[in-house]
Amino acid sequence: MTERTDPPDDRADQGQELDHDDGHDSEPELDTRDSDPEADGGLNSDPTVSNPPSGHDRSPTTTATRPWRHRIEVAGIVATGLLAVAMIAFIVVDWLRMAPEWTLVPPYAGLLFDQFVVVGMWIDHFLGTNVFWLPSTWRAVATGVLIGVVAPLVGAFLVHRQMALIGETLAHAAFAGVAVGVIVIAVTGWTGSLLFVALVVSALVALGLQWLTTHTSSYGDVPIAIVLSGSFAVGTLLISWGREFAPISVDVEGFLFGSLAIVTADGARMMALLTVAVVAAVAVNYKQLLFITFDERAARVARLDVDLQNTLLVVLTAVVVVGAMQILGVILVAAMLVVPVATASQIATSFRETLSLSILFGQFSVLGGLTFSILASLPPGGSIVVVAIGFYLLAVVGSSRSTTAISMH
Amino acid sequence: MAATDGSDPVVAVEDVTFAYGEKVAVEDVSLTIEDGDFLGLIGPNGSGKTTLLQLMLGLNRPDSGSVELFGEPASTFDAGERIGYVAQRSTDRGEAMPVTVREVVTMGRFAHAGRSRLTAEDHEAVTTALETVGIRSLGDRRISDLSGGQRQRAFIARALASEADLLALDEPTVGVDAESRDRFYGLLDDLNRRGITIILIEHDVGVLTKHVNKVACVNRTLYHHGDTVSFLESDALAEIYGPSHGILEHDHP
Repeated sequence: MTERTDPPDDRADQGQELDHDDGHDSEPELDTRDSDPEADGGLNSDPTVSNPPSGHDRSPTTTATRPWRHRIEVAGIVATGLLAVAMIAFIVVDWLRMAPEWTLVPPYAGLLFDQFVVVGMWIDHFLGTNVFWLPSTWRAVATGVLIGVVAPLVGAFLVHRQMALIGETLAHAAFAGVAVGVIVIAVTGWTGSLLFVALVVSALVALGLQWLTTHTSSYGDVPIAIVLSGSFAVGTLLISWGREFAPISVDVEGFLFGSLAIVTADGARMMALLTVAVVAAVAVNYKQLLFITFDERAARVARLDVDLQNTLLVVLTAVVVVGAMQILGVILVAAMLVVPVATASQIATSFRETLSLSILFGQFSVLGGLTFSILASLPPGGSIVVVAIGFYLLAVVGSSRSTTAISMH
Repeated sequence: MAATDGSDPVVAVEDVTFAYGEKVAVEDVSLTIEDGDFLGLIGPNGSGKTTLLQLMLGLNRPDSGSVELFGEPASTFDAGERIGYVAQRSTDRGEAMPVTVREVVTMGRFAHAGRSRLTAEDHEAVTTALETVGIRSLGDRRISDLSGGQRQRAFIARALASEADLLALDEPTVGVDAESRDRFYGLLDDLNRRGITIILIEHDVGVLTKHVNKVACVNRTLYHHGDTVSFLESDALAEIYGPSHGILEHDHP
């Protein structure tokens, strides 16, 4: 019993200490910048130190006008960052347990891993559930938390470029990718991950779609509709055809509607990797993406590489969609790109605030939805989306801004 | 503002022809814009004004002929911060997107900054630009909360923040009330006096000729290019609009 009381305490302490280092590692862009006005608040008012080396992106007036709201947002983002880092840590520890013996890592990783399991037991104890001690639940929760970070992050750019349906399209392409993966594995006996094949196929379709739209007109819905239904058609054909000779059983329903059970250690690991990659890519290209999202023509005149950035954005979308598909399912994955952003856009004043709020609403939706889905034994995808839309409706009712402001066309 | 290199004109268009598929939009146009010009580009709807402007900025490549910006071919010109561009109806953007005035103006610094972080100097340039156009107090407001005239000022501030030497404006005052429009043109006059070269597309010939010092009159081909006085004395206007038109109506959608 004494052994069990330790871990929760440990974690709480750790959380406070991590506040200023690990949170920044995982989300260099959001964490550091958003917390800067807070941290620099004192410095800015002092004329002798008016040029702090790390940039102060917001004028002090922003913090002065609505200090409490800004503070809550920053706290929320820091908490989300910490949660995401903890989840990535879990995935890494889970993976290190399988490391080769000579590295001497596995015993320590195993020990750490047991701590997570103990925390899970405590959660079970308090919630009266019987799932959190299972590593598979942790993997699913970790994947969900990371989806809650990256999907709204990329979605914020997509929604305001009026490319919301690209996510849906690439999810259908990823479904075709799963089908291709099944056949590749059946034919060649390759032992790789199904999701990896889905990722490659989805990214290729993203590039193809990008090529189509630059060589036809703009982002009309026609190429999107064609690719969306086309890739799904190919997927269904391949799945049916593959059944005849592929011994591998695929949980098609799981991929369509999302399921906690299809989150493998492999899938969680891929989610962790792509989260780091996506957050880093958005952080590095934030300015370019913002300018192009707001005014593509002017960005072109300013000689930003618009085509490159557009390609980057669709590929990031493809990557996020494949990761998110595990829990949300092909059909519902677009909701996570769109709904939290729509919610945030009802409330936010600046784009930076939109990003922060999108991620917060995404996170609330994922955590709320997963809790509901575990307690009620219902699919997670639908639960998450319903919670997300609940937040959206609240935001619409609670804000004075017109609901017609956001359009997909 | 940085001086142009030597004696190169800001924009040099030579024998440019451009077609959308079969439809020729711009044919055999040659004109040069010198440092410090305030050029008004006029012509009826569908006369190729916008196309010509986009060719000048390197957004489109001409089918034949050449375009140079600051002495460099427009297609390879890469000092994007030297040009400020406000596209037609571009201020409609931001209607649904939450973005503050300051964020919009800060975009003017992105061509300077590339992928590195914005410096204190960048933020100072943004504040100065907001002050110049007189909307500093609106910096933290969402851009969709601004009036049409204020929004135009924000877009001009974006160009100023990038320290552009060339300002290209495509019908900037569509949907702006008359009083704000007059003040907006007053601001353009001030900027031009400071040495910024301006290209302006505007429907209202009366308003246009009050402010610009050069006029280019196009309807697929160039009908007139010269200073404003010579334009008013010429019959170019009657030629392209037909004799009954003195001053144009606002019939733009």
